[in-house]
Amino acid sequence: MSEAADLRAAAEALGGTLPPLLAEAEHLAATVLLGEHGRRRAGTGDDFWQYRVAHAGDALRSVDWRRSARSDQHFVREREWQAAQSVMFWVDPSASMAFSGGRDRGTKGDRARLLALALAVLLLRAGERVGLAGQGAPRTGRAQLLRLVEAMALEVSRADYGVPAPDGLVAHGRAVFLSDFLGDIAGVEAALARAADRGVKGVLLQVLDPAEEEFPFDGRTIFVSMGGSVSHETQQAGDLRVRYLARLAERKARLADLARMAGWVFHTHHTGGGAQSALLWAYRALEGGR
Amino acid sequence: MNLAFAAPLLLWGLVALPLLWLLLRAVPPAPIRRRFPGVALLLGLADEDRQADKTPWWLMLLRMAAIALVIVGFAGPVLNPEPHQASDKPLLLVFDGGWAEAQDWGKRVTQAADLIARAARDGRAVAVVRLTDRPGEVVFQAADVAAGRVATLQPQPWLPRPDDWRKVLNLGDFDSYWLSDGLAHGGRAELFADLALHGAVTVFETPRPVVALRPAGFAEGAVQVTALRLDGSAAAEVEVVAKGPDPSGAIRDLAVGKVAFAVGEVQGQAALVLPPELRNRITRFEITGQRSAGAVSLTDDSLKRRKVAIVADGGDREGLQLLSSSHYLRQALEPMAELIEGGVSDILPANPDVIILVDVARLGQAEGDGLLEWVTKGGLLLRFAGPRLAASDLSRTEEDPLLPVRLREGGRTVGGAMSWDDPKALAPFPEGSPFHGLVVPQDVAVTSQVLSQADPALAERTIAALADGTPLVTRKVVGQGQVVLVHVTANAEWSTLPLSGLFVSMLERLAVSTRPALPELADLVGQTWVPEKVLDGFGVEVRADALAGVEGAVLAAGLAQGPGADLPPGLYAGAERRVALNAVAAETVLAPAIWPAGTRIEGLAVGAEQSLKGPALGAALVLLCIDILAALAVSGRLVVVVLALALLPHPQGAGAQTPDDVAIAATEGVILGYVLTGDGQVDLVSKAGLMGLGDQLWNRTAVEPLTPMGVDIEQDELAFYPFLYWPVVADAPVPSSATYAKLNRFLRTGGMILFDTRDGDIAGAGSASLEGQALQRIASGLDIPPLEPIAEDHVLTRSFYLLGAFPGRFAGGGLWVEAPPPDAELAEGMPFRNLNDGVTPVVIGGNDWASAWAVDDNGMAMFPVGRGYAGEQQREYAYRFGVNLVMYVLTGNYKSDQVHVPALLERLGK
Repeated sequence: MSEAADLRAAAEALGGTLPPLLAEAEHLAATVLLGEHGRRRAGTGDDFWQYRVAHAGDALRSVDWRRSARSDQHFVREREWQAAQSVMFWVDPSASMAFSGGRDRGTKGDRARLLALALAVLLLRAGERVGLAGQGAPRTGRAQLLRLVEAMALEVSRADYGVPAPDGLVAHGRAVFLSDFLGDIAGVEAALARAADRGVKGVLLQVLDPAEEEFPFDGRTIFVSMGGSVSHETQQAGDLRVRYLARLAERKARLADLARMAGWVFHTHHTGGGAQSALLWAYRALEGGR
Repeated sequence: MNLAFAAPLLLWGLVALPLLWLLLRAVPPAPIRRRFPGVALLLGLADEDRQADKTPWWLMLLRMAAIALVIVGFAGPVLNPEPHQASDKPLLLVFDGGWAEAQDWGKRVTQAADLIARAARDGRAVAVVRLTDRPGEVVFQAADVAAGRVATLQPQPWLPRPDDWRKVLNLGDFDSYWLSDGLAHGGRAELFADLALHGAVTVFETPRPVVALRPAGFAEGAVQVTALRLDGSAAAEVEVVAKGPDPSGAIRDLAVGKVAFAVGEVQGQAALVLPPELRNRITRFEITGQRSAGAVSLTDDSLKRRKVAIVADGGDREGLQLLSSSHYLRQALEPMAELIEGGVSDILPANPDVIILVDVARLGQAEGDGLLEWVTKGGLLLRFAGPRLAASDLSRTEEDPLLPVRLREGGRTVGGAMSWDDPKALAPFPEGSPFHGLVVPQDVAVTSQVLSQADPALAERTIAALADGTPLVTRKVVGQGQVVLVHVTANAEWSTLPLSGLFVSMLERLAVSTRPALPELADLVGQTWVPEKVLDGFGVEVRADALAGVEGAVLAAGLAQGPGADLPPGLYAGAERRVALNAVAAETVLAPAIWPAGTRIEGLAVGAEQSLKGPALGAALVLLCIDILAALAVSGRLVVVVLALALLPHPQGAGAQTPDDVAIAATEGVILGYVLTGDGQVDLVSKAGLMGLGDQLWNRTAVEPLTPMGVDIEQDELAFYPFLYWPVVADAPVPSSATYAKLNRFLRTGGMILFDTRDGDIAGAGSASLEGQALQRIASGLDIPPLEPIAEDHVLTRSFYLLGAFPGRFAGGGLWVEAPPPDAELAEGMPFRNLNDGVTPVVIGGNDWASAWAVDDNGMAMFPVGRGYAGEQQREYAYRFGVNLVMYVLTGNYKSDQVHVPALLERLGK
């Protein structure tokens, strides 16, 4: 079979799963009931935010005369800032995301796509623009959701580990990177540096399988990466556990550090748990919460 | 300690072990292939011990050891092999079985069991005899039957009587093994000679020290204890402890004395000087470190010295001592009791055991009431008649509560110059009287007495009467105590009774005084003595419920000859006194046993013969089982549960956090702190609770707290946290003084601590629950102002929400806050007082708020609160309390300042 046909078949297979994926994403997003998507600060918008005393530099037309008439000072009526944001997604398409440590749970990639789509549903509903890295400018509207689904279905990488693609980030917009971040960290560093340069803030969501968090292996083992490019043989897998966990913790700490320096937020999500909490967290994080 | 083998040739098999080593080494376990993305993190990690593809050396060693053990096991190793002496005669085991063996009884039983095991191997019959038992039939039985009997054998608390056994041991040929206690006993030599006639006799004796304690006596104002020992060759010292109940009833060491034995002395003495209160409580003396009935001496009433108060109405005729109303009493009691004299009101506070009123007729109201109360509580009031009593109207028409009978006016005089009658003699004491058994001397005569009026109860209250039946001594019970009236004077004016020895005996029987010497036959006969507690061979008190009482004569014989099978040592109670029968009598001397020359005397064997075949094969089997597990583990097929390790929360920053990191993290925003208690579950709930409260604060208010942080109050700086949640656990340690200083600084500089006892406030912040007690312990060192239950108008009730109650997981518990100044006034036009100064530094309650606030990672409530909708409403109120509390912490009494709003507006208007 030729490579193109191979890819096509894989895409067909994955595409077949996507309508259910979309439905699931919509379903997940529906569990999060949110009101208006205010920015909690003064700006342009429809909703009243606060009255403040007018000071020099305020245009005369911005004075709220009805309020000012009730006292000796002039007041300006401010509205809540409701500008739409651009949010770019990057969902790691690499082979390592196809890993699942147990028969009862899906792959990390499935979960990452699900989270990305659900987040996109929420954001679109709130009137934001969303887009997928490398798939053109972010757009608003429900049609964009279908484009996202399509793009995710087609984007299958042969590489073992993914590198975030910072192209297409809108200056001063938001970005969401979903990956296991187990590959070379230099790529993440570079991507975050570029994002920070452009004033982009966002979220690093690390999706891990519980097996990667626990390392429940023992005995003589040959570990092979999903793509097969990296392998490691050991006599005593159990002996490696402590050091592996230390390295994993170090990796997480490094990612959290990177995120903090770039003004991003970092969170680890396990496919063993429910998707809802991660979705909530990510949505809050995009809003500027903790 | 030596080792022999039944089949030493098999040991050559050990030579083959190196060959086996090479064979086993060649088989490596196969690897498993796994797909794992985390391999990127594994790159470069070398195995800690790399031994190529071969079986690890320790596994090899395990297998080799197992095989070596199998070879050795089949070679039949025997530890301490004993040279075999063939004998087919039955074996008679003789135990002395007295208290002198109790100290090393276990070793003796082991020794006997060894002998029986050996006899079993030789097929010999065995009989076991304990010389302290009553002689009975001796039967040679199979060795295993004897083994069972030896295992249950216990030493007896008396000494053996070898004499008694001589006649029953005429059983034909047998060998004897005599486990001797090393003491000389009557008939030992004769019994030995008898046994030697039947066969070989081996004597077993250990050279351990035997010490014993004689009954304690009282002399020269001190308790005298005498200890005995068997071996007088070197100087030694033993410790004697006096034990007895303390005021709460627990048995304690009341006094400790050292008895020193000089070289060559087998007897040592120590004097314990004790206050009477303490001395009267002593129940037993024992030598420390000795487990035998001989080293224990029970005390009876002879050691007790009662406190006796004598109240003689004043007006003693000076210089006429012999006519003094209390002279004879004093003479009789002085050697045996502590005497106090004085007025009734003076002596009552001393709480004497006995108060003697000598011809006292008139008592003040307060004195009478005091006496009655003292009698009701168990005092013995002994009254003597006399001219004053006879002349008074006391107890004439109505019975005085402090007299046993009503009295007739004037009394009577017999045998005087104006009377036809002869002086009256005493009638023999009736049965049931405490004086029963005392011999009435013929020369005791009564010339005058007060008379009791006829009464239905008179007969039963009379405990001594004259020959014509007139009561001489009457008694009635009042509460727990008793009142006794002697119808004559305490001096020789009315009778010759005080001049006779009977007077002293009667006082003794009434337990007014006790005699410091051993009871005599006369004191014991006529009564039945019931054992109250008895000793076993180890000197431990055992219940004596099942034992029958003994006749006084038997007890007297026992006191003279020492206890025996019919009469175990112990405490025997009669009608009015108790007598201790001890394993060692006052005259006992310990003498070493003397065996005829040429007797075979053995010591304790170092070790017994033991076959090691079974243990060796068993160990080999165990090693092979371990080998199975180890082989599985090495090949990675053993699923070892390491989830616990992985599930532990990993700190996000791998390295240790420095104080600066903590300080930076703690000051990035508002952070609610909770005190780490050391109880993982409680800390988890605290964190989740503050997390949940933080979520609510984010949603509802302008306060946006970050992730709550645990605070180790001993180590961490507290200044960063405006608020600390402190769940009090039952075993909370008390903070150090440095920590208290830190906490007090925290409280003084505006911090607030919410103490939560989490017990639903059942203790009401008191000590009814363990948590409440812990809170009291902790809070005692804190600088906390006076507290009061929260008032309705406290700012906490309106700092954000209007609240009436402060439920957590429990509802209804109160809340304690700083008390307002006493002069707080109702603010004008407001429903609350003017309380706009000071924020309470502590809030104390027990409603378990953290559990009500707690949320899990998904933001769902961790614990149910109440039931259904009402429960959810309670949780809502718990959140509202939390919001109010945080608002109060952060804004202080800002809400209270609203009382000034009218004044401020007025000023603005000007």
